[in-house]
Amino acid sequence: MPELTFAQAVNQALAEELRRDDTVFVIGEDVAEAGTPFKVLAGLVDEFGPERVLDSPISEPGITGLGVGAAVTGMRPVVDIMFGDFLTLVMDQLANQAAKTHYMSGGKLKVPLTLRTTMGATRRSAAQHSQSLHAWVAHVPGLKVVLPSTPADAKGLLKTAIRDDNPVVFIEDKMDYAVKGEVPDGEYTIPFGVADVKREGEDVTIVATSSMVRVALAAAEQLETEGISAEVIDPRTLVPLDRDALIASAEKTGRAIVVDEGHQSYGASAELAAVIAERAFYSLDAPVRRLGAMDVPVPFSPPLEDETVPTPETVAAAARQLCGRT
Amino acid sequence: MSLTASRTELGADLALEMYRRMTLIRLFEEQANELYRSAKMPGLTHLYIGEEAIAVGVCSALRREDWITSTHRGHGHCLAKGAEVGRMFAELLGKEAGYCRGKGGSMHIADHENGNLGANAIVGGSTGIATGAAFSAKRRGTDQVAVCFFGEGALGQGLLYEVMNIASLWTLPVIYVCENNQYNEYTHYLEATAGEILARPRAFGIEAREVDGQDVRAVYGQTAELVERARGGGGPAFLLCNTYRYHGHHVGDVDRAYYRTKEEEDLWRSERDPLALHGTWLEEQRLATPETLKNTELEARAEIGAGLAFALEAPFPDPSEVTEDVYA
Ligand SMILES: Cc1ncc(C[n+]2csc(CCOP(=O)(O)OP(=O)(O)O)c2C)c(N)n1
Repeated sequence: MPELTFAQAVNQALAEELRRDDTVFVIGEDVAEAGTPFKVLAGLVDEFGPERVLDSPISEPGITGLGVGAAVTGMRPVVDIMFGDFLTLVMDQLANQAAKTHYMSGGKLKVPLTLRTTMGATRRSAAQHSQSLHAWVAHVPGLKVVLPSTPADAKGLLKTAIRDDNPVVFIEDKMDYAVKGEVPDGEYTIPFGVADVKREGEDVTIVATSSMVRVALAAAEQLETEGISAEVIDPRTLVPLDRDALIASAEKTGRAIVVDEGHQSYGASAELAAVIAERAFYSLDAPVRRLGAMDVPVPFSPPLEDETVPTPETVAAAARQLCGRT
Repeated sequence: MSLTASRTELGADLALEMYRRMTLIRLFEEQANELYRSAKMPGLTHLYIGEEAIAVGVCSALRREDWITSTHRGHGHCLAKGAEVGRMFAELLGKEAGYCRGKGGSMHIADHENGNLGANAIVGGSTGIATGAAFSAKRRGTDQVAVCFFGEGALGQGLLYEVMNIASLWTLPVIYVCENNQYNEYTHYLEATAGEILARPRAFGIEAREVDGQDVRAVYGQTAELVERARGGGGPAFLLCNTYRYHGHHVGDVDRAYYRTKEEEDLWRSERDPLALHGTWLEEQRLATPETLKNTELEARAEIGAGLAFALEAPFPDPSEVTEDVYA
């Protein structure tokens, strides 16, 4: 299998879908010649032209609303919102329009819209360019929410997102773009609602999302040297959620930690922990633990910012504690 | 000297002071670029080099207690409104001594004591705040005015049109200063901006003017008139300043040939440089000699050097501060 970066995998998925379906188009700020500030879309405009890879004005609500309108009338737009922090700007179009149109129309109208955006701190970008707001959208019935953690998952899930007949919010961690991984040759898609066990283990389950999967895997490695066997499981899509896989893993190990980069309070980690606590309760040897980002705006200063996110060390410490090895 | 001015004509002291301020901004930004290139500064920053005449021309027409709101390209606004070099560098480096105790960084410097309500990393994000400050001034019966700096990219944001409508309806003392440096990140503004820029404010009945943003005296003169008008209850205004950023969108944007030519950049630098233009004028008017201008630069360099040394030596905040300031 070839090795690709996460960014290249996203780029390939888009190229393949643009090639296969004329109704697909990409719209966003600096997505064409610039290929986005992260260079993720580099080269797409050369192959597909400016009619299908469109540079827009700096008008996030406008392009999202345009995406909803194009989707409802037969196209498959991929709207690029540069920073996840700008989800706040498009919330009306996403939550009141895209999410509810199918339901309110009694199932008559469909909104096959994909909105790609980013998340993740520790880039020294301060409070308005570092947030992980996936819980905001996951809270809205009608939206599907995807958080890929590897290049292979990013590619397969993005292709599924574009083909899905519902609005999908696809969130990429900026810290992952340069990460490399093996990506299968040829055409493939990955279904939504299927979690992936990234590492098998016996003593403790670590449920992790997005770049926190890497953090969890690093923690698992550390724990192994101490004789603790950790299982790392990635739900991959928050909506729909593969509840059964999380519960099965927690029942097997008897202990569960949820690691997610959203703010801890009222976040995705709370939902994932609740799913396990509700259904695996009688198999658990310890309460479910949550590790999220601190409940503070993301600070600029490196020594402060580094405090705010889960790290391999804090995850391993939580696992030790759950396993009675403090 | 103080930058206080309520008159619209330009005295010799102010003309020289404007030259000094522009020089300080230029040198500050060159140093910020150097901090990035030597990997001493965390993250990225957006340089104001080439646009100095706007911040200085506008802020020279304001009082200390007047407000400004600023942008991601905000160091110039901050310095022009009276901020200290050392505390600004400290903020860029994430140090405790910085204007925001390291929590904000380059894109969020606020300097309340000098009327700077803050830079903003959301394009157009401060247009509401400036309008609200103007509303507050009017309600509280002060004669303060608010200036809202934004790049032409913010013309794409709907919020601007909502608040311009309100400002005009309620005759608020706010001046929208549009810094048109030609590019929204990596896209020429003409590819993103339909129709006439000035027709936008005019549609709301807002007094709208255009000025050469490389000519500090012209910017000052126009702003002084608009500020006087706003203070006197004449309502909001819009000032379109045409300018150019010499460097990349941010310090890491080095290979720019795919979106603009080197010739275009060189032309602005050699023909339209705000410092050179004003320096020449000062000499022609016999308000300065080449020596006095050189001395101004040397003094500014010394100020930058001292501020930088202070910031480099200053300590980082204690990690425990991370949970402070979330709530008032
Ligand atoms: C709402 C929003 N959308 C996009 C961005 C990303 N972004 C940062 S600066 C910028 C270009 C802004 O152009 P302009 O307003 O003209 O200011 P300039 O950078 O030219 O000074 C963009 C798109 C942002 N910060 N906020």
